[in-house]
Amino acid sequence: MTNNPIITTEKLIKKFPMGKGEFLALKGIDLEFNEGEFAGLIGPSGSGKTTLLNIIGSLDTPSEGEAMVLGQPVSQLTARQAAQLRKEKLGFIFQSYNLLAVHTVFENVEFPLLLLKYTPSQRQKMVMDALEWVGLTDKVNSKPPALSGGECQRVAIARAMVKKPMVVLADEPTANLDAANSHNILKTMEMLNKELKTTFLFATHDEKVISYLHRKIFLIDGKIDRDELIK
Amino acid sequence: MFLALKLAYRNLVGAGLRTWLNVIVLSFSYVVIIWLKGLMVGWDHQARFDMEKWQIAKGQYWHKLYDQYDPFSLTESHAPVPQRFLPFITEGAMVPVLVVQASLYPHGRMQPILLKGIPKNQNLLKLPVAALDTITDAIPAIIGTNMARSAKLGKGDRVVLRWRDKSGTFDAAEVVVTDVFATNVPAIDGGQVWIDLEKLRQMMLLPNEATYLSFGQGIKEIPEVNEFVLKTQQELTSEIDVMIKTKTTGQSVFYIILLLLAMLAIFDTQVLSIFRRQKEIGTYVALGYTRQQVVMLFTIEGAMHAVLAAAVAAVYGIPFFIWQSHAGFTIPMDSSDYGIAMAQTMYPVFTVGLIVSTTLIVLITTAVVSYCPSRRIAQMNPTEALRGKIQ
Ligand SMILES: Nc1ncnc2c1ncn2[C@@H]1O[C@H](COP(=O)(O)OP(=O)(O)OP(=O)(O)O)[C@@H](O)[C@H]1O
Ligand SMILES: [Mg+2]
Repeated sequence: MTNNPIITTEKLIKKFPMGKGEFLALKGIDLEFNEGEFAGLIGPSGSGKTTLLNIIGSLDTPSEGEAMVLGQPVSQLTARQAAQLRKEKLGFIFQSYNLLAVHTVFENVEFPLLLLKYTPSQRQKMVMDALEWVGLTDKVNSKPPALSGGECQRVAIARAMVKKPMVVLADEPTANLDAANSHNILKTMEMLNKELKTTFLFATHDEKVISYLHRKIFLIDGKIDRDELIK
Repeated sequence: MFLALKLAYRNLVGAGLRTWLNVIVLSFSYVVIIWLKGLMVGWDHQARFDMEKWQIAKGQYWHKLYDQYDPFSLTESHAPVPQRFLPFITEGAMVPVLVVQASLYPHGRMQPILLKGIPKNQNLLKLPVAALDTITDAIPAIIGTNMARSAKLGKGDRVVLRWRDKSGTFDAAEVVVTDVFATNVPAIDGGQVWIDLEKLRQMMLLPNEATYLSFGQGIKEIPEVNEFVLKTQQELTSEIDVMIKTKTTGQSVFYIILLLLAMLAIFDTQVLSIFRRQKEIGTYVALGYTRQQVVMLFTIEGAMHAVLAAAVAAVYGIPFFIWQSHAGFTIPMDSSDYGIAMAQTMYPVFTVGLIVSTTLIVLITTAVVSYCPSRRIAQMNPTEALRGKIQ
């Protein structure tokens, strides 16, 4: 692990318009993440976890302050540049999987690759590799409605990982899963973090997830309460 | 692009019944529009074909004073047939016609008519002139079915004819209807009686004269010969074009309503699908699509209705078109109300151009209608789309 941070946030403030005034969802966040971290934003509902994750994922922009993601200032990016950043370097995992129901597992995982310049045979190999990581090679031709929640989330992990992104952002990835499945996918992600050096950033309040984290950042009311490094 | 097509196809087919309802409505529009347009093309072809066969052949020479809409011009609009036409007439490549005003007295009432003389041995035009070559004590005459109906005359009926010769002297004689012909060309039917040209010339004291001449293949077209001016086939059929054009314009209102219905359904589907699929839209953006690309995706998906509809339309439309172009379409109205040739049974003609242009129009319209609601995606905030909270 280098000590060169790949994500930094500086005095990050996010305001949402609310009624006549505005609501402060993030009240000055200063954070640094290094390559290969397995970190989580932990906090009660409404503490700003998703908001922070979305800004780091360049899906949203800060109201004040700056987030540098892989050398790019999120607040300065054009929509096109932000899309480019997401397409090449970021992977997302959502609580509700967000798979494309009309497509097979293979096609869902292949999807991010279609935006990048890979040949069909390269894609084929990358998809099969990703499905192997998550242990779903026997379900390539199934469609999401025919899969269990755990399987869906594993497809979503494969989709996020297939292009070997620098950073994976996972917002409550276990919220819809039972304990066994939660441990299962967390182990998978831990393995991928180790093998591929992918940085994982979670947003969660699930104890099971928290127990796997190597770094725990506690958010309360849009502020960092504690930042604990494990091991 | 290929990805977008595949995705659009999957999403559409995945949407099930709603898609197929839209597709069926749209395919119906395709078939009806193409069929109606084909009918117009068929009508146009048929009208030209009939007009050529029955009335004008490859073109005509008119006496320069002849005005087909002004019967009073007829006393002046005739002249001796030019010398240079005579050999063609002998050959049968040219047919002189003399037109005069006269009155008929069917069943005791007077009916003003046009009395037309045509050589009883011609075969350039389809008129059954052989029936004029009958020896009776009356003048043999042929009339069209419309004339027969309006004058209540049939084959073998006798009727008194009155006319004024060149010098203005009244004379009268009996004519006998030796044949009634059915034609789609009203210009040679209603209010007209055809007799032998030589007989008419004698009656009128106008030897060798004609009002107009029709000519066939291979006659050199000269703008003016003595008192006769050339009317090309194109000039003579131009009224068909005008008629067809007005009919087509009238029909386009119908096309627009038909398309509008289909488009309304597609617009509605698009709006609903964009509303329901916010999470999906957010996911596309998270995976690295620009919002414009997502707009494109949804536009293609909507436009694909038109592609599927074309396929469905082909399935039942092609057999229907083939059957129609053979069996024809029988018009449930009195075609004699129309100013131009219109058969009771019309055979639609479906040209490639017609089908391609209709398909393109429907495709483009569908794409535009799909694009309009999709534009909203470009204004969506991806984080809110992901939460699925946009109202
Ligand atoms: N688009 C928005 N407009 C207004 N307020 C918002 C918006 N997005 C988030 N908020 C508010 O900002 C605060 C933080 O929201 P956020 O979604 O980041 O919380 P969270 O920590 O992810 O909570 P949860 O655990 O429930 O997912 C909440 O109070 C929320 O109501
Ligand atoms: Mg959240």
